Amino acid sequence: MSFINYSSREINCKIVYYGPGLCGKTTNLQHIYLKTNPDVKGKMISLATETERTLFFDFLPLALGEIRGFKTRFHLYTVPGQVFYDASRKLILKGVDGVVFVADSQIERMEANLESLDNLKVNLKEQGYDLDKIPYVIQYNKRDLPNAAPLEELQKLCNPMGAVEFEACATTGEGVFETLKAVAKGVLADLKKMGS
Amino acid sequence: MMESQLVMQQEDFDRVLEIIQKLVRDANAKGIFVVDKAGQLIAEAGELQGIDSTSLASLTAGCVAATGGLAKIVGEEEFPIHFHQGERDNLHMTLVGDRMILVVVFDERSSLGLVRLRVKKAGNGLAKLFEDIRKKAETEIQTHGSPFAEITDDDIDNLFSD
Repeated sequence: MSFINYSSREINCKIVYYGPGLCGKTTNLQHIYLKTNPDVKGKMISLATETERTLFFDFLPLALGEIRGFKTRFHLYTVPGQVFYDASRKLILKGVDGVVFVADSQIERMEANLESLDNLKVNLKEQGYDLDKIPYVIQYNKRDLPNAAPLEELQKLCNPMGAVEFEACATTGEGVFETLKAVAKGVLADLKKMGS
Repeated sequence: MMESQLVMQQEDFDRVLEIIQKLVRDANAKGIFVVDKAGQLIAEAGELQGIDSTSLASLTAGCVAATGGLAKIVGEEEFPIHFHQGERDNLHMTLVGDRMILVVVFDERSSLGLVRLRVKKAGNGLAKLFEDIRKKAETEIQTHGSPFAEITDDDIDNLFSD
């Protein structure tokens, strides 16, 4: 649910990074935080365990510039990927405007990807959203690892609907901004269609 | 149920500000924030130097959502009032209508009793106001379409040109 404020002339939108545990959602946000100018980003919040696993969410506010006189502000969230944190994932999806699914390219994580994708669909549906209808981008992360599955196999299993997709290596930053731009564009394009 | 867009015109924003500025005075509060349940900051008033209001909004929504989850586990629909007591400053959070949270930051110049009393009245006013804003925005969008219908693909691309 975006928030359009005519008083401050701002558009505020919420983007959620979803995916299985250790797929690189937090690493995506950390890279964005490191590589953006201080004047466009706010403080990054990570609610994590002592072993740096996401406990509740990570949060990063970003200002992307002006469009037709309105400042565009994007709030980026990650969910905790571990299976048993499902209640938290549901809460974070509340009011989402766009979703990035971060898939782990490693062959042995394929089942975890599919489980997380199914979980995303179920949790979105509970809130009245349909993955096929909201701005949605899929990122195949960890493409640099030797045990990464072939791209065609990932596409066939994780992206049968042909959503916008990117290969990435979040630790080096490859594909991170491309993914963010694509989902942000999708969210703004959706705003344009609002009500029609 | 999917939530509709929140579109706030200048006059609506002024009415929200008027209510929360009055609440700052009536409750002797340090600061007041109105946050939506998705974590967006809607409005703020009071002495707010040094408070990162964007982070506060996001964490407030997370806190309220988690407490709501706890409520359901013990068989309650929700816990509509939350109070966090600190050494100097305290936080009082109240659910307003079905999608807003009213946050009051106060110190020893006020008291929990006074804050609760004043928040009740202001909360009712805000709930009604946000319901009016929602209805107005829905009618506006149905009648005139998106306020951003004229955004072009080039406008969106330009945002990412660097």
